[in-house]
Amino acid sequence: MTQSGKIVQDPVRVERAEWKRQQTKARLQQLLTIVSPVLLLVLWEVLSRTGVMDIRFFPPPTAILQTFWELLVSGAIAEHVGVSLYRIALGFLAGVIPGIIIGLMMGLFTPIRHFVSPLVMALMPIPTLALLPIIIILFGIGDLSKVITIAGSVFFPVVINTAAGVLNIDKIYLDVANNYGASKSQFFFKIALPGALPVMLEGIQMGQAIALLTIVAAEMMGATSGIGYLIWTSYKAFLLQNMFVGLIMISFFGYLFSLLLRGLQKKLLPWR
Amino acid sequence: MPPKIEINDLTKVFVKKTGSVTALQNISMTIEDGEFVCLVGPSGCGKTTLLRILAGLEKHSAGNFKINAEQSKRPLQSMVFQEKGILPWMTVEDNVAFGLAMRKAPKDIIAKQTAYYLEKTGLTQFASLYPSELSGGMKQRVSIARAFANDPEILLMDEPFAALDEQNKFILQEELLSIWAETKKTVLFITHSIDEALMLSDRILLMSAQPGQIIQEVRIDRPRPRKIEEIRKDPELAAQFVDIWQHLQKEVQKSRT
Ligand SMILES: Nc1ncnc2c1ncn2[C@@H]1O[C@H](COP(=O)(O)OP(=O)(O)O)[C@@H](O)[C@H]1O
Ligand SMILES: [Mg+2]
Repeated sequence: MTQSGKIVQDPVRVERAEWKRQQTKARLQQLLTIVSPVLLLVLWEVLSRTGVMDIRFFPPPTAILQTFWELLVSGAIAEHVGVSLYRIALGFLAGVIPGIIIGLMMGLFTPIRHFVSPLVMALMPIPTLALLPIIIILFGIGDLSKVITIAGSVFFPVVINTAAGVLNIDKIYLDVANNYGASKSQFFFKIALPGALPVMLEGIQMGQAIALLTIVAAEMMGATSGIGYLIWTSYKAFLLQNMFVGLIMISFFGYLFSLLLRGLQKKLLPWR
Repeated sequence: MPPKIEINDLTKVFVKKTGSVTALQNISMTIEDGEFVCLVGPSGCGKTTLLRILAGLEKHSAGNFKINAEQSKRPLQSMVFQEKGILPWMTVEDNVAFGLAMRKAPKDIIAKQTAYYLEKTGLTQFASLYPSELSGGMKQRVSIARAFANDPEILLMDEPFAALDEQNKFILQEELLSIWAETKKTVLFITHSIDEALMLSDRILLMSAQPGQIIQEVRIDRPRPRKIEEIRKDPELAAQFVDIWQHLQKEVQKSRT
């Protein structure tokens, strides 16, 4: 149908077609995020099988998968992963809990902040891993030295973000609390804690990533078990397939923990 | 009955690195019980400072003020903050209940008061939402409901509608007046809009530019609800409008030179 030279169309149909186009586009983009890792793996497989990449350093993914299966069946993975997760969990908690407590105190009480923050600032740049030899001498090569190393690394991002979270609470909320007569404990639970929580959780998220980085390095140096130990001994024995299995485990748990923490974030910050 | 608010020679000086600023100088006024008073003045003249002193958020440098309480268990004052003043991590309902919860009112009283003012401000169906899901006008309703639900002796409002568009402003002004008429609370309301002051108040107090002083008082004896068209048409109010406007104009010019 034409009218003064223009095509007259049903506007609903036009918009529906447009909407469909948008939907398809969104789906294609989602597909892309799956395509990229798959493409990488396929490329890796082909390059390594054809000998373009040195098969000794880059064993094909299918071979890694096979080794993974063997280690899983033999129970080696369960053992190493179990040990590492145990150390990560303890070290993470041992870093996060004091980090939150000290961070809150720094945020809430100015004298404490002035007193503690130079210590935090001075100690933060020292990589806990650089202290590992001393930590091993003091606490042995067992779980405790790993837990302490992780705790030391996790503590700093948590303490700094928690203090910053409290300090960055908009002043108007302090006025509101004051004006409506909030007591000290009400102020803490109704204003300071929820107000600081978003930034605090970001610090915890960061601490989680650091915990994984730290455990691998710590277990490489002085340990008789754990994912880091698996990686290191495989590397020394030139069993690179086994080493890659260790790396994949780290990548998997890093991803898993991020998802878990993001889920926790959604739960704890329903107002966001 | 004694006046609800008595302010005598109140002065506030801020000391800064660059010197000191006299924000308020010898402010004296009395506000009667149940009165709706608007404080109008050029920006920077100390309106917010005066309100914050009355709200206990700032200490005055000299002089004194008194809010006469009628019931000892009532809080003396509650402030209606700007839009940003409602707590983002609490639902609408918890925000409205905030003052009552802070002074540990009995649960049934909190529930009753909160439900009543949610209803009054048309927020009942949004009770379980978080502020981030609300429009600016809705947020301001929460702020007003919170202050009234707290049942204070007086209400302090610092340009609560300044950020709203014209339509929303009119609607909220009407809602505020209807709640005020019902509760008979004493209100001290800051605005820089003369229209708003003429719409709302029993009395307009005019402040001079820095240092802030009360320079004129205009009584508006008009029945409410007033209509903005009526106000603009009414020759007497129009004359008052021009009068106030000229005063402000003069003050703004003075503060520029
Ligand atoms: N906390 C403060 N420290 C220093 N100066 C302030 C402070 N609060 C307000 N002032 C000054 O006091 C004067 C009055 O401010 P304010 O009460 O906010 O004015 P208004 O609300 O009428 O715009 C301004 O010159 C402002 O700079
Ligand atoms: Mg102001």
